[in-house]
Amino acid sequence: MSPRPSPDEGLTAAQLSAKYGLTVSGARPGLAEYIRQLWGRRHFILAFSQAKLTAQYSQAKLGQLWQVATPLLNAAVYFFIFGVILKASRGMSRDVYIPFLVTGVFVFTFTQSSIMAGVRAISGNLGLVRALHFPRASLPISFALQQLQQLLFSMIVLFIIVVGFGSYPSLSWLLIVPILVLQFLFNTGLALIVARMGAKTPDLAQLMPFMLRTWMYASGVMFSISTMMEGRSEVFVRLLQVNPAAVYMDLMRFAIIDGYGASNLPPHVWAIAAFWAVVLFVGGFVYFWQAEERYGRG
Amino acid sequence: MAEQNLEQTPRDLVPTVIADELHIVYRVHGAKTGKGSATSALSRIVKRGEERGVRKVHAVKGVSFVAYRGEAVGLIGSNGSGKSTLLRAIAGLLPAEKGRVYTNGQPSLLGVNAALMNDLTGERNVILGGLAMGMSREQVRERYQEIVDFSGINEKGDFITLPMRTYSSGMAARLRFSIAAAKDHDVLMIDEALATGDRKFQVRSEERIRELRKSAGTVFLVSHNNKSIRDTCDRVLWLERGELRMDGPTDEVLKEYEKFTGK
Repeated sequence: MSPRPSPDEGLTAAQLSAKYGLTVSGARPGLAEYIRQLWGRRHFILAFSQAKLTAQYSQAKLGQLWQVATPLLNAAVYFFIFGVILKASRGMSRDVYIPFLVTGVFVFTFTQSSIMAGVRAISGNLGLVRALHFPRASLPISFALQQLQQLLFSMIVLFIIVVGFGSYPSLSWLLIVPILVLQFLFNTGLALIVARMGAKTPDLAQLMPFMLRTWMYASGVMFSISTMMEGRSEVFVRLLQVNPAAVYMDLMRFAIIDGYGASNLPPHVWAIAAFWAVVLFVGGFVYFWQAEERYGRG
Repeated sequence: MAEQNLEQTPRDLVPTVIADELHIVYRVHGAKTGKGSATSALSRIVKRGEERGVRKVHAVKGVSFVAYRGEAVGLIGSNGSGKSTLLRAIAGLLPAEKGRVYTNGQPSLLGVNAALMNDLTGERNVILGGLAMGMSREQVRERYQEIVDFSGINEKGDFITLPMRTYSSGMAARLRFSIAAAKDHDVLMIDEALATGDRKFQVRSEERIRELRKSAGTVFLVSHNNKSIRDTCDRVLWLERGELRMDGPTDEVLKEYEKFTGK
């Protein structure tokens, strides 16, 4: 069969490949090697997230203005329904409730949209995955990074609202940085997990909005868990409060709203925040890596 | 011992791709139960039977070959003979049922259907594609103009700054080829890419393929166009019904193939 006579005749395929240093195609690299490859693509990850961010509104006439207008409109809708119609502000003055609500909406949206983008990170970019070789974790990480940049735009709106309702910048605002780092790690971990699940079962993208909405209403985005759940058992309230979404929201509110004191935070709140971030990020990364060779197949 | 072997081996006989008794089986879900209604989908999920309602398609049956550095290998055969499947297995995108594929480095598959990112401009796609292939930012910046010029996208106006969804299929295919060809690949696989694009671009891409081969790569080309195979390849694999029917110099195999197809 061989078209040319070869001095390697007689060697089996395995021996021949070993002799010339060939490797099995499509094999998954080890975890350390994978992290090294991923680090090599850090410019790609950053450029991809920025490109996606600007492409998002490329078809809109107002263009990049929507980066800021979208979160603002979101906050207005929630304020109308929960602040004006349902009066969920129980126990809070208007000066606290409005920043409370807007912070909650923005912080939760950060996690929510990271997950929604993560589900489609592989299944929505099959063209790219099938055409070029790169560590696939670049995609979910890049989408989480895109949401972080989106949140930074929202933060501009948030600062204006918070200052408008009488909470002025103070030293506690510095806490924003560690809070965002922890939440970003948490979101990235979740995005990696759902990216693997979504790659195998694209139906997840249909199911996700319902799960996320349930999570949102249970996390106290528009009401204070401790006030609303008064009279319920202690364990129940604590369970609601250690929910990672609630933890990051409450920490952010504590950091920037003057009238929102430490009494609203569950005990060991920083430990809980760090725990969720590290466990989800490391767990999610390993979980995603384990299926590396299977993405884009079928 | 190793040195002795290297002396005996002429430079052009360094293997880059080895396929060893490769079998590929597709599993198609729900092809047997036919109806595709919601109830049958639900019963499939509930039953979870491995083989129930799953049809197997044996696309590649025991193909073995060795491709060498500097070779351009054409893949021919009628529709559905397993050519594209074989390429995707070499690229490591499809798992082998039995047998193995060994490759030197990471093979890159360039398919006509593989779109990059449609909502981004051509400019962004060039930069992102380069970065995704593992080029550094400096390398991408250096090669950027070269890639755009090669693709010829800007010949009819400033199209590179428009989103890729506005491109014609020919323009998109040209840009994709230009991005992938900008890097020196150990193994580059092209699926019908030369069939798209106008005559001028075809000539240019054939030239580039020759260059890639010189820089010590191996090129695989799937095409139904016997002329482009003849112009670019020196060896041809003929697949029929998933089996390797013939493997040899281009002229010999093409002659038999043309007899077979009745041309």
